[in-house]
Amino acid sequence: MADQAPILELQNVDKSFGPIDVLSDINLKVHAGEVLCLLGDNGAGKSTLIKTLCGVYTPTRGKILMDGKEVHFTRPRDAQEMGISTVHQFGGTFPLMSIGRSFFVGVEPTKGWGPFKRFDRKTANEISVKAVQDFGITRIDDGDRLVGGLSGGERQSLAIARAVHFGARVLILDEPTAALGVKQASHVLRIVNEAKKRGLAVIFITHQVMHALAVGDHFAVLIRGKLAANFMKGEKSREEITDLMAGGEDMATLEAQIAGEDTELHSPAHVRTSQQD
Amino acid sequence: MSTQSSSGPAGFSLGALARRPETGTVIGLLVVYTFFAVLGGPVFMGAPGWSSWLNIAAEVGIIALPVGLLMISGEFDMSVGAVVPASSMMTAMLAGHYGLPAMIAICGGLGVGLLVGFVNGLIITRTTIPSLIATIGMMFAVMGLTLGFAVLIKGSTSVSYVPDPLTKSLLGQFINGMFSVSILWWAGFVAAYFWFLHISPIGNWVFALGGEKESARNAGVPTNKLTIGLFMMSGFSAAFVGVAQVMTYQQAQVAGGQSFIFNSIMCVVIGGVLLTGGAGSVVGIVLGTMTFTIVNQGIFFASLDPNIGSIIIGVLLLVAVLSNDTFRALALSYATRKK
Repeated sequence: MADQAPILELQNVDKSFGPIDVLSDINLKVHAGEVLCLLGDNGAGKSTLIKTLCGVYTPTRGKILMDGKEVHFTRPRDAQEMGISTVHQFGGTFPLMSIGRSFFVGVEPTKGWGPFKRFDRKTANEISVKAVQDFGITRIDDGDRLVGGLSGGERQSLAIARAVHFGARVLILDEPTAALGVKQASHVLRIVNEAKKRGLAVIFITHQVMHALAVGDHFAVLIRGKLAANFMKGEKSREEITDLMAGGEDMATLEAQIAGEDTELHSPAHVRTSQQD
Repeated sequence: MSTQSSSGPAGFSLGALARRPETGTVIGLLVVYTFFAVLGGPVFMGAPGWSSWLNIAAEVGIIALPVGLLMISGEFDMSVGAVVPASSMMTAMLAGHYGLPAMIAICGGLGVGLLVGFVNGLIITRTTIPSLIATIGMMFAVMGLTLGFAVLIKGSTSVSYVPDPLTKSLLGQFINGMFSVSILWWAGFVAAYFWFLHISPIGNWVFALGGEKESARNAGVPTNKLTIGLFMMSGFSAAFVGVAQVMTYQQAQVAGGQSFIFNSIMCVVIGGVLLTGGAGSVVGIVLGTMTFTIVNQGIFFASLDPNIGSIIIGVLLLVAVLSNDTFRALALSYATRKK
């Protein structure tokens, strides 16, 4: 892994909104075939960091490098063209469109010639269904189905399959498992693994330590806009990571929380806090 | 996969048909038509009846199509009600008052629509004003300008113009003395909009735009250009109706046209387009337009109190919105069932 330049690298990145420093001095590297888990409590700056990576914000100071070369993103499209794809919590898809149609929004396959180009529904449906099935979601077999009829996990999977199909090299997953039940979440985690096997760099944002430990190779913990920890798999225990996420304060409360997490990982409280993000 | 009967990829089934949002509209249309056919008798079912509602449907229908497309994309256009008289006034002024050739006057009238649509689009894409408010503002501004210029130039609120026979036969003729030539134009507009929304790749953008604007933009849809384009279509279509009115009635009036605002929206909603955007179809809009105008005209043939017609339309609208929601829920639930 170390012999190649990382696909995406942040060097001393700061981001301020007026007098407020949201991110300060962030250094991060992601390699191909690696899952970087970005952990942090609400308000730690995770969202700002993602938005900086995918071109919504430009860093106030510091550099973003891709394949060792500095890049500047002025809008999300720039980042997308470089192969950085973001999948949001609810999949970012269109609930009332068919799978085939929503898969190809903006890049519609066409038949015919000149002004008489027609949307090629058959091709769109075939390609989109195949792309999702290749990721192991075999329940999706009809491209005419509406996206809104899929389960949360299936929608995430569809969005990830779409990103991979259109040549993403870096996949940013923003809390993909936050609103999902145990089964659906494991679906998505399996797909994250599959994307990693295909050589993508995955940035997996979560505040569920269990999910992070299940797929992560590399962990970064954000606390109040600063990188509080940056370590590889196996270097720290789950307790230490959870401790870090909570800022190392109030051990007694923390331990109670950890005990709670074992039994009620998907309690409504988790869902609620994540949706406020 | 081969054993599936109702949800196979290429299968056609009653279940799938029942989940199409147009189904409710077809049922509504049949019920309404049967109701008035029984009350109105052979006159309503014959040529006089058909011509009376088709003539109205053609005018509203031409405007309802782009209004529906805008609604699918998540926007409203209330300014159509002011564009109709503005464009007919422009056409009558250029041809009737200044004596310019009909072709130039028609282009002038249509130009008014395109310009209003363009400005609407600019306001909506450049500011955060919701389209409902922006186009209401536009409607009043255009109404004021129309009245102001008419009084300033002509000193009157109506301008007359007698079109040459060719123009008259293309835009303002009654076939067999009953059926307005606009019905054929409506059919043409339906075909063009159907192609645009359901067959061309750009139609996909309209649905995506109404589904979620941010995602559509991130996927590479030129959302601003598309929105401006859709508003220009709606301005153009409303202006076309205005121009056709001059050729039909040989006169342009400053007032009139406001009825198109609510009527077009009702046609669209009865036709199964979701008020919140993201779903709808051209076939649905056409069916909704027919349903609306059958009630509108059927009242006279059934010799009922016209107020009853308004009540029927009101109820129809409420039922339509409810059933749109139900059909949407059905369509969404279709895939979540476990096999």
